[in-house]
Amino acid sequence: MTTPTQAAPKTIYDKIWDAHVVDTSEDGTCLLYIDRHLVHEVTSPQAFEGLRMTGRTVRAPQKTIAVPDHNVPTTEGRDIRIDNEESRIQVDALDKNARDFKINYYPVSDIRQGIVHIVGPEQGWTLPGMTVVCGDSHTATHGAFGALAHGIGTSEVEHVLATQTLIQKKSKNMKVEITGRLRPGVTAKDITLSVIGETGTAGGTGYVIEYCGEAIRELSMEGRMTVCNMAIEGGARAGLIAPDETTFAYVMGRPHAPKGAQWEAALAWWKTLFTDEGAHFDKVVTLRGEDIAPVVTWGTSPEDVLPITANVPALTDFTGGKVEAVQRALDYMGLTPGQKLTDIQIDTVFIGSCTNGRIEDLRAAAAILKGKKIAVKRAMVVPGSGLVRAQAEEEGLAKIFLDAGFEWRLAGCSMCLAMNPDQLAPGERCAATSNRNFEGRQGRGGRTHLMSPAMAAAAAITGHLTDVREMMAEPAEAI
Amino acid sequence: MDKFTTLTGIAAPMPLVNIDTDMIIPKQFLKTIKRSGLGVNLFDEMRYNQDGTEKPDFILNQPAYRSAEIIVAGDNFGCGSSREHAPWALLDFGIRCVISTSFADIFFSNCFKNGILPVVLPQEAVDALMEDAKKGANARITVDLASQTVTGTDGTTYGFEVDAFKKHCLLNGLDDIGLTLEKVTAIDRFEGQAAQSRPWV
Ligand code: SF4
Repeated sequence: MTTPTQAAPKTIYDKIWDAHVVDTSEDGTCLLYIDRHLVHEVTSPQAFEGLRMTGRTVRAPQKTIAVPDHNVPTTEGRDIRIDNEESRIQVDALDKNARDFKINYYPVSDIRQGIVHIVGPEQGWTLPGMTVVCGDSHTATHGAFGALAHGIGTSEVEHVLATQTLIQKKSKNMKVEITGRLRPGVTAKDITLSVIGETGTAGGTGYVIEYCGEAIRELSMEGRMTVCNMAIEGGARAGLIAPDETTFAYVMGRPHAPKGAQWEAALAWWKTLFTDEGAHFDKVVTLRGEDIAPVVTWGTSPEDVLPITANVPALTDFTGGKVEAVQRALDYMGLTPGQKLTDIQIDTVFIGSCTNGRIEDLRAAAAILKGKKIAVKRAMVVPGSGLVRAQAEEEGLAKIFLDAGFEWRLAGCSMCLAMNPDQLAPGERCAATSNRNFEGRQGRGGRTHLMSPAMAAAAAITGHLTDVREMMAEPAEAI
Repeated sequence: MDKFTTLTGIAAPMPLVNIDTDMIIPKQFLKTIKRSGLGVNLFDEMRYNQDGTEKPDFILNQPAYRSAEIIVAGDNFGCGSSREHAPWALLDFGIRCVISTSFADIFFSNCFKNGILPVVLPQEAVDALMEDAKKGANARITVDLASQTVTGTDGTTYGFEVDAFKKHCLLNGLDDIGLTLEKVTAIDRFEGQAAQSRPWV
């Protein structure tokens, strides 16, 4: 290590980390201050129970934000009654805990309710330079704002509730650079899946990733959230993107964003949040934006990624422990090596989740679907929040989905993890815009192919995995 | 939290790579508001048929491994979600130690909060211990946290690294929150300063 001098160049991760260290132990373990703590119904009940048992309180209720999302049905009437008893108990427990501990809360009856990682940014709770945690691995999403955001377990949820800090060791710095520009039909989802295809699901373990490069800079905030969201699927503790004018424009005017003089002060600090020239990265991965194609997953790990033009791989393409995993994945997915990906028939299409449940995602899917009908058994759109849903209705997107034959649901996690009634049946094959294709993720025996919203829309129309670029070639579909 | 000092027990071999938290404890069991009782559903979809009967070839259903206390696993064990239900389920089943070449970050830290020791060893050592584990009930592996060693059935000893603070907490069964609250003046001071420098937070 070089001796730290005042001018030692730092990464953005180093800067945010340094600004939040409360205490450092001899062995380098730090106590890190947490600016925002997001809470949902599944990973928090035991933490609140722990507080009650020890007579502790929530240290900073004004920095704690709760919303039910994982378990909630996405059909009408859920604010009156949730049929599944266990789900109802969890949601009721969150209602009660929010009330008892006086934390910010968006119940299912509130139009602002939605997936925790969509609500946080939407309401301006997530801001550049912050430390953000949540008992949920996709907390990485908030890194899109240049915040240090990561998932924690329930014991840590309790720790943050009680102390507003987290015991942490610093991760290493990793840079993922996407140079150049994306080609038409290629989206943020294709970037993030392609990176995982390149690094593997453990490639980021021990690192915090900074995504940079021209292709990243050109993404909207929605796209940046999609990229950072899946940092965890690459094993990284967090993923982040330095804030810029795109970020500031998104944040300005949000309900919990600073205003007036505080906005100016905040902005001045946010503008210092970038990686200094010459800062050290322990690992660097570079992809050319032009090389990225629309991709899909074929297996049961997010690293099982291939361009849509490819074929299902053979066992001989792999080595070591992965061979057994691939055999298992092929069996589970019901696929044959050599089969063209575009020949894979789809039963169901799911558009939603914290990866792709934002307004831009719905616009991208609707642009493909406009005037078309679905050729799959069922298709559903689950907007990421009540506000996304309302905006999509206002823009006429809901009508496009409904006319095409999609179900238009209320906000929640839904079929991303199928804890609510939205589940795949055994063997049912789904084109999904979510983030995990694990065995049983969307329902026991269900088969998941991950892809972008535009690709999922294309599959909905043809009934099989489809290269969205072919549909975009038609002049009527030009966006 | 229970202390972890030393453990000699049966180890179940699970060579599959990327065993994720959805496999360890599928989401339908996350609806509980308690920490206990998840052991019967550990590895539920791999362990049971749809009608609830056991799949006889799943490792933990085999007589030799029903009382396993250690798992020797393929790379990247515990990837996926942050659900602490995964270590709760392992613990409730009776697993106190998992040995692999690598673990997913959040799962790794969740283990320590629940008295489970995740041990990272190089590939050759994991391969050797995997062979030991396959010997079933006749073979016992010993894990000693104080000396940071794993001893295989033939007496070969493998040293492993463990974070000093985590080791201290696990050896003594210490509660993190209690330890952190001893630093409350430092937290107060930080909060006071931050209120000046970043009042919008
Ligand atoms: S949408 Fe899916 S990944 Fe995102 S928070 Fe909900 S369950 Fe988790």
